[in-house]
Amino acid sequence: MAQVAYNKAARVFGGTPPVRAVDGLDLTVDDGEFLVLVGPSGSGKSTALRMLAGLEEIDEGGVQIGDVDVTTMPPKSRDIAMVFQSYALYPHMTVAENMGFALKLRRIHKQEVRRRVEEAAELLDLTSYLDRKPKALSGGQRQRVAMGRAIVREPSVFLMDEPLSNLDAKLRVETRANIASLQRRLGTTTIYVTHDQVEAMTMGHRVAVLADGVLQQCETPRELYERPANAFVAGFIGSPAMNLRTVPLTPEGAELDEVSIPVPRAVTSGRSDDSEITIGIRPESLHLVSSEEGSLPLQVELVEELGADCLIHGRTLTSTNRDPLIIRGDGRTPPTPGETVNVAVRDLEEIHLFDAGSGERLAS
Amino acid sequence: MVAVRGSITGRGPDWGRIGLHVGCLAVLLVMLYPLAWLAATSFKPADEVISSLRLLPSRIELGNYATALEGVGGVSVLRLIGNSLIISVGAVLGNVLSCSLAAYAFARLRFTLRGPLFALMLATIMLPQHAVLIPQYIVFNQLGMVNTFWPLVLPKFLATDAFFVFLTVQFMRGIPKELDEAATLDGCGPFRTFFRIILPLSRPALITTAIFTFIWTWNDFFLQLIYLFEPEKFTITLALRSFVDTSSQSAYGPMFAMSVIALLPIVLFFMAFQRFLVQGMASSGVKG
Repeated sequence: MAQVAYNKAARVFGGTPPVRAVDGLDLTVDDGEFLVLVGPSGSGKSTALRMLAGLEEIDEGGVQIGDVDVTTMPPKSRDIAMVFQSYALYPHMTVAENMGFALKLRRIHKQEVRRRVEEAAELLDLTSYLDRKPKALSGGQRQRVAMGRAIVREPSVFLMDEPLSNLDAKLRVETRANIASLQRRLGTTTIYVTHDQVEAMTMGHRVAVLADGVLQQCETPRELYERPANAFVAGFIGSPAMNLRTVPLTPEGAELDEVSIPVPRAVTSGRSDDSEITIGIRPESLHLVSSEEGSLPLQVELVEELGADCLIHGRTLTSTNRDPLIIRGDGRTPPTPGETVNVAVRDLEEIHLFDAGSGERLAS
Repeated sequence: MVAVRGSITGRGPDWGRIGLHVGCLAVLLVMLYPLAWLAATSFKPADEVISSLRLLPSRIELGNYATALEGVGGVSVLRLIGNSLIISVGAVLGNVLSCSLAAYAFARLRFTLRGPLFALMLATIMLPQHAVLIPQYIVFNQLGMVNTFWPLVLPKFLATDAFFVFLTVQFMRGIPKELDEAATLDGCGPFRTFFRIILPLSRPALITTAIFTFIWTWNDFFLQLIYLFEPEKFTITLALRSFVDTSSQSAYGPMFAMSVIALLPIVLFFMAFQRFLVQGMASSGVKG
């Protein structure tokens, strides 16, 4: 059990120009916390994890596990265990040998190794596979062996690098829940890397969003969803993505095509009349209305029916070559493509405003 | 391909297929004939060896083997085979150990000038053995190792067979890097990672190295001829030559008998390991 801290940690890959894969990362993970690192590919999330594991050098700043600065420590002294995306099971060893390998290297007594391996196997439902080689296991079983290998070491931190991406959709959902409950039971500090925001939102106590090596925001899933710190987080978290539009700002508010959306005074003050603002509306914050008053007429291009609800892709009549607006509508009464519908915002509170230049969240 | 087509149509005799088999058998006969002649001749009486063109001996002469087993110059056949075995097994051990270590360094470790050194190592494949023969002889002479087995075995422990290093490097590159990383996290240093993870997984490449080294060393004549002079240190290949040198014509029969004896270990070795040989060449990587 331990707290983990990145202190302005950076990893710079040589080249012209050098790439700052992870740039000035400042992040504290509490003891027993399940923190998810999420971001698009190339955002530096895996690199950040590998820096903590000791598989990647730390060029600036440092990392701390517990009270110990482990920046220059070799991986084996860091008291961590890692689950790899490919599982990295040793093909020539049985499941039991795979799980007990680290303990054997530490010269822990054979019986103790056996006991811990069996305990972990029981926890993961692997008892009857202990004498098999990884080749003879299914994908899900291999994944569990990889988990077991981490568990038997009883480390103070678990590091997981996209451990579910090699599983099929159904198994992934199941294993997602298993890992989350396992972590709760063991209470081990866990850092989990994924590019899948559903995993991030469902598993993490807190979620750290990375883009281009820079930490964008680290918050609870709900907070991240309701108050994204900038336009990137707003667009990244949530599926389908938030509708983001950069629109002119007038004294009446933000001009989204023909509709003026009122903007708090705190936001407008100090901005010139011809400035622009980025406005973000989640698909579920929009709904179809019957009256044309104050609503946006929208031509439906595509309807994705998901059963319980449907996703309506449409364009305003006046807009030119823009991304369609996406609205989450009632699945029982979907409009048909080609139809014109009227769309209104459910609640002005649900509108997100960002600076058009920096993308930072404005006011509220 | 031909066989597949034949089985699908299933109409009448497939002449193409029959022709192919007959052709293959003919080639096989041509290839086997010298071997059969060798084996048959080892049983021929002395006067028939040179004079008779017939494959089968008129009567079986076991005396050839009796003479061959006595050996050459007072050194028994067992001793000769033993010498060959010592050198071959030593070469196999040396090559397997040193080539895999060198390959691991080239495939996995980062060090300055790794690229140029790798290229240099590959370049030595193209260096003819005869070009280094004399300098090598001088070196071993000064080390006082001439007329011992060392010149034949020691170089193998120094990863001088660049071909095997290359073969193993290519194989090791196919082993997922995550395995090394997992081993590092489990507490392995470079050596432990090598011995506990990489080496066991490189088995097919190691077996290929072992088989070829054994066959090439066992069959080698030239280097052994140059470095060994005392009959007690002779290998079976050297003994075969001295049969012709030192004896009268009537020793041809025993010489063929000894040839058969010399062939036996290598044929047995090949039969025992040919399964691995194919496996070694066919296996492309390890999928965890």
